[in-house]
Formats: sequence, C-alpha cells, structure tokens
Amino acid sequence: MSLLRVQTLSKEFGGVHAIEDLDFAVNPGTIHSIIGPNGAGKTTLFNLITGLYRPSSGRVLFDGADVTGVKPSRLAALGISRTFQNLQIFFNMTAIENVMVGHHLHLDHRFLPSLFRLPAVARADRALKERSAELMEFVGIGDCVGAEASELPYGALKRLEIARALAAKPRLLLLDEPAAGLNPTEARAIDAMIQKVAASGVTVVLVEHDMKMVMGISDHILVLDYGRKLAEGTPVEVRANPLVVEAYLGVGA
Amino acid sequence: MSKRSHRYGLIGLTLVVALAPLGFRNAYFYDVATNAMIQAVVCVGLNLLIGYAGQISLGHAGFFALGAYGSAILTSRYGLPSLAALAVSAAAVGGLAFLIGRPILKLAGHTLAMATLGIGIIIHIVLKTESWLTGGPDGMAVDTFTVFGLAVDGDRAWYWVCGGLLVIAVWLSCNLVNSPVGRALRAVHGSEVAAQVAGIDTAGTKVLVFVVSAVFASLAGGVFAHKSGMVTPDIGGFFHSIELVTMVVLGGMASAFGAVAGAVILTLLPQFLAGFEDYEAVVLGAVMMGTMIFLPKGLLPSLKAQVKRRMGA
Repeated sequence: MSLLRVQTLSKEFGGVHAIEDLDFAVNPGTIHSIIGPNGAGKTTLFNLITGLYRPSSGRVLFDGADVTGVKPSRLAALGISRTFQNLQIFFNMTAIENVMVGHHLHLDHRFLPSLFRLPAVARADRALKERSAELMEFVGIGDCVGAEASELPYGALKRLEIARALAAKPRLLLLDEPAAGLNPTEARAIDAMIQKVAASGVTVVLVEHDMKMVMGISDHILVLDYGRKLAEGTPVEVRANPLVVEAYLGVGA
Repeated sequence: MSKRSHRYGLIGLTLVVALAPLGFRNAYFYDVATNAMIQAVVCVGLNLLIGYAGQISLGHAGFFALGAYGSAILTSRYGLPSLAALAVSAAAVGGLAFLIGRPILKLAGHTLAMATLGIGIIIHIVLKTESWLTGGPDGMAVDTFTVFGLAVDGDRAWYWVCGGLLVIAVWLSCNLVNSPVGRALRAVHGSEVAAQVAGIDTAGTKVLVFVVSAVFASLAGGVFAHKSGMVTPDIGGFFHSIELVTMVVLGGMASAFGAVAGAVILTLLPQFLAGFEDYEAVVLGAVMMGTMIFLPKGLLPSLKAQVKRRMGA
C-alpha cells in the first residue's frame, strides 16, 4: 500500500489554480521526486500535504487515513516532517537547539517538570543533546554543534533543517530544494545523505531543480506543469518523455 | 544563553541581592530596592512572553493590579490567610489570562498589542469604579503579610522576602527556557511554521506562556500590596504596563538577567531624576528611544556581544 496518496487535489488562490486535479501515490521506502518549472505548484503541494494550506478540493491520505486539513502539528505526530525552500530556521537559538526542537514530539513537554527541571527532564535533555549532535554529524555539520544558528553559512543551514526534520523520526520526509544554493560538491554530499535516509526506511519526497540529483537518486518522478500532472515514471521514462523535454528539461537535456 | 552561564548568572544575582544592603544608608534604600525587585519579578515573567516567545502585552499591569487587589480584598474583607489569598488570586488571574489568551493570541503584532492594551484599560477602569469592592480611586488598605503566625514587617524583612522571590523567579525562568517547553516557546518566536511542522502546538504554547507571565505578575502584585500596606488603581494603569515593557526591552529581550537589570534601572532612574520631576516621562521616553536606536537588543545582550567581540578579536 502506498504511504502517501493524493486524490483529485486542487488548490485555488483567487481563481488561479496552483494545483489542479492532481492524483499521485508514493510507495514506502522510496525516493519520490517532484519536478517542474518555477510556479508549477511544487511548494504549494508540499504545503497542502503538510497541512499549512487547506485544499480547495480533493483528499490527502497518509498511511490509508484521510488527513486532509489536519493541523501541521498533528501531521508531525503522525510522522510527516519537512524542510523549507526559503529557510525556516529558529535564528534565536543555537544550531543544536534547532535540532533539539525537532525532537519535540518524543520529549516530555509537561509544564511543571520543565519549570522545576526535575532530574528526569535534565537527564533526558543531556541524552537529547547527544542524539542531536549525532544527527548534525550525520548531515555533515558536526563542526557547528556549538554555534548560534545565526552564525552558520547558508549551506550549513540547509543541512540543519534536514537534521531538525530527521530528529522528529518521520516516516515521510519532504525536502523542498535541499540543494538550492549549494555548490556541486555539496550537492553530491546531499545526494548520498538522502540515499542513506531512504535506506534507513524513511520515505522521501523531494522537490529539486538539480537534475543530476533528481535523476541520480529518484525511484519515481512526478512532473508538474501549471499545477497539473504532466508526466510520471522512473527517471528513464521521464527523461524520454517528449512533453517533459519540451516543458521543462529543454532540448538536448 | 547556555545552562552554564545561567548558573553563573544565578549565583551572581544571589550575591548582588545578598550584598547590596551593605551599601544601603537607610530604610529608604531598602524600600526602593524592594520595589525594584518586585518589578523585576513581573519583568522576568513578561520576558518569557515578549523576549522568548516573541509576543507582546501592553496590559500586564492589569494582571499585577488584579493580584494586588485580590490579596487585599481576600485578606481584609474575607479573612483569608495571606498565603492562601496570594495563591487564590494567582490562580484566578491565571484562569482569566487563559480565557483571554485563547482568542487574543491568535492575533499578532499590532493587533495583539491593541487587544492587550484594551484588557489593561478595562481592568484599570473596573478597579477604579467598583468602589464597593475596591475602594475606588482612593484605593484600599492592606493587612500585614503573615505566614504561620509570623508577620513580615519593616523594610528590611520585605527586602529579604522579595530578594528570595526574585532569585526563585529567575531560577524558574532559566529552568523553563532550557527545557522542552522553553525551546518550544522560543521556536514559536523563531519560526511559527517550522515550530508547527516540528509538532509544537503553537497556539497552546502561546497561551501557556501568557498565563505563566500573568501569574508572575499577579504574585508580584500580591506581594506589592502587602508590602505597601495599600493599593490604588494606578498600579494597574496604562503607564505601568508601558513601564514594564520598557524594562524588558531596555534590559534585553530573551534574557532573565536583562529583564532584572531593566527593572532595577528604571526603578532607580526616577530617584536620580527627582530634581526634575515633571520631565520624568520625557526621560523615560528618551531612554526607550535611545535604547532602540543604539542598543536594539537591549543592554545585557548588547554588552555580552561587545565582550564576545573583544575576546574574539
């Protein structure tokens, strides 16, 4: 059974169809990429899946259950996590605290134990710090553990968001342009990291313009154009599709 | 701020509170210092709301006044023991903040400022006009604070009680900030969207911190009432609310110690400006503007950044 299923999903903004009548499914344990020209509706789709937008019509099913219009924090508890194209870092915190917030769902966040810093809370916090440092190591920013988030360079912030999203131990991870603004070497490191994440059993949905990344690591690709499905299939199929070449990849790609 | 610097800060604060009386020349010094520390307790709570969670309240003097009148009315008219009156008032103010917080914390920025301003004004008017209960514009007298038969009386006794309360308030605030709850409320400030996606109930978190800050204000108000021996509606007035926000912003947002510093400075300032009383408000405004222009992060964080830069260079 598919982990994520989108059925006849539409989103209108004042008469403009950002997403129109979209159907697709994501199988568990795969890397599923969504590509398309700017304005094709990729980020809108992410916002619909993660509950930040309410669809105008249609349904989103997660693990068989209808989660259309469910609050983002509830979806997070069900196992959906994401990163943002335009960074959404907690710049008022340290880098490692950003990752610690990612663990929120798995912590005791009752008020009184926190207020009096009961020994159990202090202990859990120390263990949490270690796990968060490991996650930062995993995404390749192990040397930023002691830094303020506001001191990190762009590439590190991109990875920090991924570490924070992974901290929630998601079943479905949506990455919105993880390679944007990175140089080719950094982008290849992200490739390897995403593959490792997928190998660990997390289903990945990827929005990305870096075609080398998309073609290299995707099991399945969905091509959007003006909010509609233009094509779908394996990287080989998509690359061979004349519609896709015309709309997006360009002749000679 | 890290846990270690919090610990040093707490030790430092305790030492300052313990040693400051060495420089006090008379009872008046104790009284001013005690007032400063009571304001500081309110500011430590308000700083959780403004500095850490990134929300605003222009009505916290209202909660302070409700705590003060609650203690005054429950002890003198209903004969409740002082501590019980303090606790009942704080619980009631917390409940009120919860009821108000749910709808208004959906607002943000200017509209939230307006809504909290409105609450403060309503509380002020009620205290001023419901004379049968509050004594009206003249206020009412408050009984001595007694715990287990022991009366807290005299400027020195109040100094130590309030000093202890302040240290406890700062300790609790530091605990909270470095806990899952505290990180959640700072996350709400940093990016509300990202906080939601991390599974944080952002609406609930905002209401929680609003209630906590209101309870801090209420407790401080109750203590203030007993310490002063009388309450007047003006402690719940708009000017006091603005003063409280000014203290937090001046001292440094997102720093409990900054909030304390702001409260102390702004309580002492009028003592030094006693010569030109009429211009006190003007100076207060000038201090606020100057801080925003030259030290937008507030005194303590700016100083800390300076030191860090010097040491790094």
